[in-house]
Parts: sequence; C-alpha cells; structure tokens
Amino acid sequence: MKKLKIIDLKKAQSIATTRSIKLSENTLDQKERANGFLEEVGDMSLFIKQIFKETFSRNFEFKEFLRQCYEIGNKSLPLIIITGTIMGLVLTIQSRPAMAKFGAVTMLPGMVAVSIIREIGPIITALICAGKIGSGMGAELGSMKVTEQIDAMEVSATNPIRYLVVTRVLAATLMLPILVLFADAFGFLGSWIGVNIKGDVSLVLYIFQAFGSVDFLDFFPALIKTFLFGAVIGIVGCYKGFTAGRGTESVGKAANEAVVLSSLLIIIVDMIAVQITDMWL
Amino acid sequence: MKNSQETSLDIISEEKITSETLIEIKNLKKSFGRLEVLKDISLKLRNGENLIVLGKSGSGKSVLIKCIVRLLNPDGGTINLLGKNVVSLKGAALSEVRKKIGFLFQSGALYDSMTVKQNLEFPLRRIKRNLNEQEIDNKVKEVLDNVGLADVLDKMPSQLSGGMRKRISLARSIILDPVIMLYDEPTTGLDPVTSDEISELINSIQKKYKTSSIIITHDIACVRITADRIIMLHEGYVYAEGKLSEFEKSDDPLIMSFFK
Repeated sequence: MKKLKIIDLKKAQSIATTRSIKLSENTLDQKERANGFLEEVGDMSLFIKQIFKETFSRNFEFKEFLRQCYEIGNKSLPLIIITGTIMGLVLTIQSRPAMAKFGAVTMLPGMVAVSIIREIGPIITALICAGKIGSGMGAELGSMKVTEQIDAMEVSATNPIRYLVVTRVLAATLMLPILVLFADAFGFLGSWIGVNIKGDVSLVLYIFQAFGSVDFLDFFPALIKTFLFGAVIGIVGCYKGFTAGRGTESVGKAANEAVVLSSLLIIIVDMIAVQITDMWL
Repeated sequence: MKNSQETSLDIISEEKITSETLIEIKNLKKSFGRLEVLKDISLKLRNGENLIVLGKSGSGKSVLIKCIVRLLNPDGGTINLLGKNVVSLKGAALSEVRKKIGFLFQSGALYDSMTVKQNLEFPLRRIKRNLNEQEIDNKVKEVLDNVGLADVLDKMPSQLSGGMRKRISLARSIILDPVIMLYDEPTTGLDPVTSDEISELINSIQKKYKTSSIIITHDIACVRITADRIIMLHEGYVYAEGKLSEFEKSDDPLIMSFFK
C-alpha cells in the first residue's frame, strides 16, 4: 500500500509539473501576445506623432500631395459611382415592400436619403476605399520598404514620412469626403431609378421629396466622420507599409493587414461618431 | 597584416581625426534582440582610399554601413563622420551630413514609380533647390555619361537589366557630388563581365569625383579591382586589416577561404 501511494504521489507530481509547465508556457504566450499588441499600439502612436510633426513642418511636398489626391480621388471615382448607384437602387427596391405595407411609399425617397447621407454613403465608401486605397498604400510602401527605396530616400536627405506618408494621409483625408459626396449623389440617382421601376416620379419631384426629409444636422456630422475615415485609411495603410518586414511575403501581409485594420477602425470610429451625434444632436 | 581586432583598435585609439580621416568608427555595437551582430568594431576611412569591408554573409557588413548613415541606430560606440559624431545627430544636422554621402544599395533601390530621369532628378530637386531646369538637365546628362548610359532617360526601372539598374543607381548616388561613397554589395547578382565593369566604374568615379569609399563585398574579383585597403569582419569583430597583397599571402584559414 505504501509503495502504491508513493507511485501515485510521483504520478501526481509529474502531472502537476507537466501542467504547471504548460500553464507557464501559456502564460508566456499570452504575455508575448499582449506585449506585441502594446508594442503595435505604441509604434502606431509614435507614427501618428511623426505624421503630425511633419505635416506642420516647412517644405511641404505640395506636388506629391496633388499627385496623391489625383491617385486617390480620380482613380477611385468610377468604383464609387458604380457602387453608389447600385447602393441607392438596391436600398430602394428592398425598402419598398415594407413601406408599401404601411402605405408610406411616398416617404421612400426621404427615408433612403436620410439612410444614404447619415450612414450608408459614408460607411460603404469608406470600406470600399479601405480595400482599394488602404491596400494600395500598404502594398506600395511595403514594396518600397522591402526593396530599400525608403532607405534610399532617407539617405538622400529626403524625409520619407514627409514625402510619402504626410502626402498620402492628407490626400486620403481630403478626398474621402469628396468621394462620399459623389457616392451620395449617385445613390440618389440609383434610388430614383429604383422608385421608377414600379412608380412614376420625376427627378425634380424625387429630389424635393428626398431633401425635404434631410436637414443640415443630418449632413454635417456625416461629413465630419468621413474626414476621420479618410485619415484612418491613410494612417493605417502607410503604417502597415512602412513597418513591413523583409521579403515579398511581407508586402502581401502589409496590404492585407491594412485593409483588415482600417475596416475595423472605420466601424469603431463610426460607432463612436454615431454615439456622439446621438448625445449632442 | 593585423590579425586581431586588438591591433587595429590600438592604431585607431592613438590618432585623432584629421582632414585625412573622413570616417572614424570606435567600438561600434549593434544587436537585434539577443543577436549581437556588431560586438566591437573600430575602423577608419582615409581620404581618397577605397576601403573594402569583407566578410561572410551575416557578418554584419551591411549593418555597419547602415549604422554609418544612421539607417540603423547603433547600440554603442561613436561614428565620427567628417568631424561630426553621427550617432548624436538629429533632423537637419543629420540630413546635412547625409548630403555628403552617396549610397549604392544592394538592390539598386531605384524608385519603381519614376522614370530614370525622375529618379536622377529626385535628389537634385530636393537638395539643390536653386538649380534651374537647364542646370538639372546638364547634371543628369553628366552623371549618365559618367556611368556609360546616355539613352535610357525615359525608361522605367523595370525595363532595365540588372547591370543597367546598378549603373543608374550609381549615377543617382553621385549626382549630389558626394565626398564619401558607400557601396553595399555593388556586384551581387551580376554576371562576371558586368561585375568587372561595375568595379571599374567604382574606380573611375573615385578618380573623377575624388571620393573616398567603403565597399561592402564578398566578391574577390571586385576586391582585386577596387581595394586600397581591406578590413575583414568576423563574428562581430574586425578580424583582419591590411592591403590586398597581405591578404593574398595570408595562411589564415578564414582568409584563405576567401582568397583561394
């Protein structure tokens, strides 16, 4: 009996040791993950600080800024126009049966207008731009990092944050609200087409009905948040590109992470913006 | 031949920077996490010489020249470059020192989104803002002639061969008339004929622009063409220092493995 007890004790000790090793390994893993997350937050904060510092420094790269505005604004426009039109069309067609149940089909333009201006226009445009612009920035800067082009710029006494990052972040911040305005306008056009599939409303009457339900307080907060969406896309895209690792694999990773993180942050910023708007207006 | 880091350290510690010494590095240390790449490096680059830094892959050669231009921040030691300790320089002061250095990257590092002409104009338009269009065009033409490529101005880097990319990259690094040239593996990835052409080009640029150069390489053909003096790095230290003839006569197994 005594012998058995000793064996049991040894087994128990061995199990306990194994478990405690596993536990300590898990703890270390979690610690490393937490450290990694905090390091990323810290690095990004420093990156944003550098962007602010360089934005207000001398020798602003105006020509490169205009080129980025063209790249981001003009080249995204066809995609935004198509998406905006379809968004308005689909929203109208989907909402019509529900509105018809309450005999409120005449309110359809107003409801769609408020939806597009307040939420759907900004968020859909921002998410599309996160995919198109954010991934483009992540991949382009990531590739420049991997092939030492950013180092070459730094060595030739050109500040890469000022030349590459500030111009892109400002261009994205400025262009996104303009793209949202286009998305909204073509959303209305799509909605008008949707209304006319089963009805007969002139464009002028549609616009009167739509804007009759919208006031300045619907428009203004939505416009403000689109600037923030643009800044998020620019900052995250550039940060991921700038911090890409070595090798071509990291370029794809940077582009992918730029899209995922900026999309997530856009949703979070939108949620906060909606809460603030709801509290104050 | 100085066959240990101690010998070369002794030489450096006894002398002060003079106009003859353009770069003086003392006790340079650089680690990445737990990996100590440079443990204690001391060297000097004298005016007008081509200093070869030789070593196996992973011996810290590229890390060394990236520390010199502060693309990497050293963990310890001093880098006295043209009379200034670059380790403590920041912002505009660091940029001023960098303007005097030409850097040829291993990959060439030409800007993909720009034509050859735009690549060459890029440093000029940012640093020498007082130049007019005619002067910029003349300078671009001059450096292209010096690297033996005159008719590629409107081509994109992707349309160039490896050798041509290296030449254009070299043209871009000399366009600001640097005092010091740093070459990171200038002949890597090139065929032997093109490698020799690039090595000869390094010599001709040294003569024409009166530059002093640090050339990072493990290509012995390049060493034979360009070397005035050689330093060998091994395990984070300066393992040997001397002239080409001394290295070639050495019976040290590590050195022999390079020069056999």
